[in-house]
Amino acid sequence: MSILLNKNTKIIVQGITGSEGSFHSQQMLEYKTRVVGGVTPGKGGTMANDTVPVFNSVREAVGSTGANASIIFVPPPFAADAMLEAIDSGIELIIAITEGVPVRDMVTVKHALRGSSSRLIGPNCPGIITPGVGKMGIMPAFIHREGKCGLISRSGTLTYEAVKQLSDRGIGQSTCVGIGGDPIPGSNFLDIMILFNQDPETNAVVMIGEIGGSAEEEAAEYIKSEFKKPVVGFIAGQTAPPGRRMGHAGAIIAGGKGTAKEKVAAMERAGIHVSKSPADIGATMARVLGKVNKTDNKGHDGTHADDYQA
Amino acid sequence: MKIHEYQAKQLLAGYDVPVPKGKPAQSVDEAVRAGLDLGGFPVVVKAQIHAGGRGKGGGVKLAKNETELKELASQIFGMQLVTHQTGPAGQTVQRLLVEQGMKIDQEFYASILLDRAQSKDVFMVSTEGGMDIEEVAAKTPEKIVKVTIDPASGFQPHHGRQLAFALGLSGKSFKSATACFEKLYRAYREADCSLLEINPLIRSGDEIIALDAKVNFDDNALYRHPDYDALRDLAEEDPSEIEASKSNLNFIKLDGNIGCMVNGAGLAMATMDIIKLHGGEPANFLDVGGGANAQSVAAAFKIILADKNVKAVMINIFGGIVRCDRVAAGVIEAAKSEHVTVPVIVRLEGNNADVAAQMLRDSGLNLTVAGDLTDAATKACAAVKG
Repeated sequence: MSILLNKNTKIIVQGITGSEGSFHSQQMLEYKTRVVGGVTPGKGGTMANDTVPVFNSVREAVGSTGANASIIFVPPPFAADAMLEAIDSGIELIIAITEGVPVRDMVTVKHALRGSSSRLIGPNCPGIITPGVGKMGIMPAFIHREGKCGLISRSGTLTYEAVKQLSDRGIGQSTCVGIGGDPIPGSNFLDIMILFNQDPETNAVVMIGEIGGSAEEEAAEYIKSEFKKPVVGFIAGQTAPPGRRMGHAGAIIAGGKGTAKEKVAAMERAGIHVSKSPADIGATMARVLGKVNKTDNKGHDGTHADDYQA
Repeated sequence: MKIHEYQAKQLLAGYDVPVPKGKPAQSVDEAVRAGLDLGGFPVVVKAQIHAGGRGKGGGVKLAKNETELKELASQIFGMQLVTHQTGPAGQTVQRLLVEQGMKIDQEFYASILLDRAQSKDVFMVSTEGGMDIEEVAAKTPEKIVKVTIDPASGFQPHHGRQLAFALGLSGKSFKSATACFEKLYRAYREADCSLLEINPLIRSGDEIIALDAKVNFDDNALYRHPDYDALRDLAEEDPSEIEASKSNLNFIKLDGNIGCMVNGAGLAMATMDIIKLHGGEPANFLDVGGGANAQSVAAAFKIILADKNVKAVMINIFGGIVRCDRVAAGVIEAAKSEHVTVPVIVRLEGNNADVAAQMLRDSGLNLTVAGDLTDAATKACAAVKG
């Protein structure tokens, strides 16, 4: 299996007639993803990408297609509204790709999420992919292969880099989740790690963090006490100067907090195998899996050995 | 986006937050006139730069009469103000704020910012006003009182009371404080601030007044405040970063000698990290964005090579959906048009990476093809050493 995205996921695309929405809908369709409809207010009744019916509202799209997931490509000024509309329409899984959503808008969206049945990933993220099943996102599908390694990251292209390192070593992925680089993401490392922990088809996870905030530390606490599978980690921004926003709105060391050093220390305390170099993420996972598989044969329960040395 | 103290105070005054009477000035003469217009001495002359710690650096002085005002204004105007936030080179003072001198009975600290972990706002106050708040937080964290505000229900009177009690206020000054806090929060929310900091917030008799003000705006929200354009002071920004923003490039100048050109912020940070890991020093952070075409690569070259410290450039592009041969064509075109002479190490990954590598090798330019990330970093570090 996988997390979040499986064979039963029926997807609509909000902003399907825009250039980004249309291009990536095509890519998703080519990957055999179950895209059942699109939403662009005012363009209801037309067809997008030749095969996808367009609706005026999410509610209408859900009513006629039974969609339970949505991916959002609308521009920043309208992105929060699109997310709120999806929440109001009972969409279970919402992926917001849009970059540049104001923090104040995300505070409102987060409030709406509490007590709702929706889960939000993003904004400012590459989305999610369950190799062999489908993708809700903008990642290049060809670098992925089916397998049992989960991946979660705040970054886009750095995630692709890590995925390629895994695939090159024959390590396929269960689901890859890009949670996005904003200060207020819909879902955080912790939320997704809980899902990976419960997924019987995920046997290890790569976790790629970056400077800013404390989400990596919170996930590390959980991993230390509850997580049953080996985790390989990397933190980007070890050389970033404080007080400067490194591209992502959330990647900033403010008030001495959110440094790579603190995050790496928290991850190491949790028994996570931290790769010092971004080029060694795949190799580290290969070593960890080799070790776990060996111990598995001797009846080990699969928890990671915290005395692991390469 | 950062703005000056005088601009922050004008913004706050628009929300009826009490601030001292004052005027900005862009010359010594203007400063003297501004001081006389205030209608009485003493007045305070304050250097306007975006960095904090101005008082300690000698950028804030009290003038008791016109002669002193002129003297101090000429002293501060044009000075190279060095604070713990400017770096050793300091920042040239090109604007002054002349304000009425206030009677200070007590100094407090107040700030509002986002609590990322809770997705709520946090309002902080402290009785230790006028101090470096990070030092207070480190040494006496109990002296900082935090009140969390759920933006959905907004700032309530009980928040204001909690904050005012924390400062030990009573009577009329208590009322003045609760009113002030409510207005500060409104300004923070409506103006899309990412930080609002008043240090010090003072009690002058019964009145609570913002004696200083620091405001940062959420860059993502600038589109709904077109009036903020006028508040931008380009003299406070790095010229190469201004140039980069014109080309929609995300650029931050650093001190090393290996220029970096990467697509994606996370990968750009990771590229800096791996250079450092191999003994090199990155000259910059640069995210060329998803497209990475000839125009954006050319603009990136221009900005990177404007830094004379740069001895080599490392290009790290993960092609993804964009085909690598197109990126390679863009790199070759840009390297020619920008007459790039320093060694350029190119690592392209993704669709058609082989074709791209061959194109780069056949280009006849000083382009070195790297296989993977480690190979690229090793070659870039070797290039600056040899």
